Amino acid sequence: MFNAVLAFKDYNVIKGIWGSPWVGMKYFNLFFHNPVFGTLLKNTLFISLYLLAAGFPIPIILALALNEVKSGRFKRVVQLVTYAPYFISTVVMVSIIMLFLAPNLGIVNMILGSLGIDSINFLGNPNMFRSVYVWSEVWQSAGYSAVIYLAALAGVDPSLYEAARVDGASRLQKIWNVDVPGILPAAVIILILNVGNVMSIGFEKIYLLQNPLNTTTSEIISTYVYKIGLLNANYSFATAVGLFNSVINLILLVTVNFAAKRLSKNSLW
Amino acid sequence: MAGVKQKIRESYGDRIFLVCIYVFLAIILAVTLYPLIFIVSSSFSSPSAVSGGRVWLWPVEATLIGYKSALQNSQIVTGYANSIFYTAFGTLISVALTTMIAYPLSRKTFFGRSGLMMFIVFTMLFSGGLIPTYLVVKAVGLIDTRWALLLPNAIWVWQVIIARTFFSTSIPDELAEASEMDGCSDLRFIWNVVLSLSKPILAVLALMYAVGQWNAYFDALIYLKTNDLFPLQLFLRSILIQNANSGGLNAGQIADTQQLLALMKYSIIVVSSLPVLIVYPFVQRYFVQGMLIGSVKG
Repeated sequence: MFNAVLAFKDYNVIKGIWGSPWVGMKYFNLFFHNPVFGTLLKNTLFISLYLLAAGFPIPIILALALNEVKSGRFKRVVQLVTYAPYFISTVVMVSIIMLFLAPNLGIVNMILGSLGIDSINFLGNPNMFRSVYVWSEVWQSAGYSAVIYLAALAGVDPSLYEAARVDGASRLQKIWNVDVPGILPAAVIILILNVGNVMSIGFEKIYLLQNPLNTTTSEIISTYVYKIGLLNANYSFATAVGLFNSVINLILLVTVNFAAKRLSKNSLW
Repeated sequence: MAGVKQKIRESYGDRIFLVCIYVFLAIILAVTLYPLIFIVSSSFSSPSAVSGGRVWLWPVEATLIGYKSALQNSQIVTGYANSIFYTAFGTLISVALTTMIAYPLSRKTFFGRSGLMMFIVFTMLFSGGLIPTYLVVKAVGLIDTRWALLLPNAIWVWQVIIARTFFSTSIPDELAEASEMDGCSDLRFIWNVVLSLSKPILAVLALMYAVGQWNAYFDALIYLKTNDLFPLQLFLRSILIQNANSGGLNAGQIADTQQLLALMKYSIIVVSSLPVLIVYPFVQRYFVQGMLIGSVKG
């Protein structure tokens, strides 16, 4: 981690990291004044906020719905199946996306075709990229994320449910007044962690989903760091970009944590 | 609202609501399950059925040809062997190191433990980034060796937190004191008492590390250059995503190569995800347990 000083130096292979001359903020300035800066920042934020908007509430809804089901077997089956995609590797996940969304023979376009809709080149269309990324991510991780909420729901005091029943609460009222407060602490913690990761969304999947047609919306900070740093061997510049990313993340995390502490008394520390 | 009799009955609205919930869950179930079934069905179908888009739900013209050509592919075989090696050794190293760091941190008598813990958690929240990490690995001389996949990511901070929480809640200090009174050395205490009491947490750690190691490709992508060292995921990337020409097809098949490749992708997906997906239903509760321990105190 101390090698991060590289961001403030002019890296020279022969002199090594510590021997290279200091250049202060040169690479940060270079990055901020680079035309890609705006695009990268916008893409990174757009994708992760979209993911947060879809990926945060859906597991909660799933857990609340599962909690209403009293039949043990149905509940177990739904849980087992929705949890399973989590174990598919990124590489396989991306290839599944590609097979399913292929322009002519992908199953999705075949279904659209039978409904009389023209085939869509999902991965070649920059406007579709975010949705493809976000919804496949939700597909893969909703069941996994729901587990924490289910556990929180299992820990709700049963006497609260009895009281709600005696008071004649409907199911919906019971969910809203008993279940939701019950999972709120867990939800706040997870929200904090998610916001703290806003700038570091999965490099692995986006990098694999990228193609020349969709880079206008799919190039994010971490893929850019990889390309500039390791593929073009521009170490100092890439380190500066990466460091910028980390600092933003830390600031976001601390801010959200502070806000959460104020508003709901739940926080990471 | 509910008619008040001896037992409170469900109201009409509630029953409709419950039906809606069941429908909602059934839709989710179908949406999750269908792609999985489709992949498995495709992998058992004939090349022409897959390329012609005739597979909808069940295998069409069932055959094992996709699997045959997948298993004849030299890259898949090499990758499989390498991945088994990385998963086995990586898990062993990771679990050992995680236990070794988490146990001392769980003891109240350990000097400077909160400082050390803060330092460890800080690395989770803030990292130097890709390039500095890469340069360290390079300076240590691990580039393009098997160690590059085993050591740099051997310890996940999250796992340390889980293990530490477990050790500090389920192994009371009194137990350590009692053993000390009986003349048990610290090392023997860890080996005989702590580890045998911690089997559940060791299982959680091992499973999480093993799945992580099996599915990882990024470290291999940046640290490895020699094909012989590649884990399965990296070969999968070149076959499935980059459509690289793959070895193992004989001359007679060339006419059907295109069709066969399409089929083979499905078979390869199944073959490569199989180890994890088969084991997972049996060990699901360990994963759930792991997440819960971790979430008790983040």
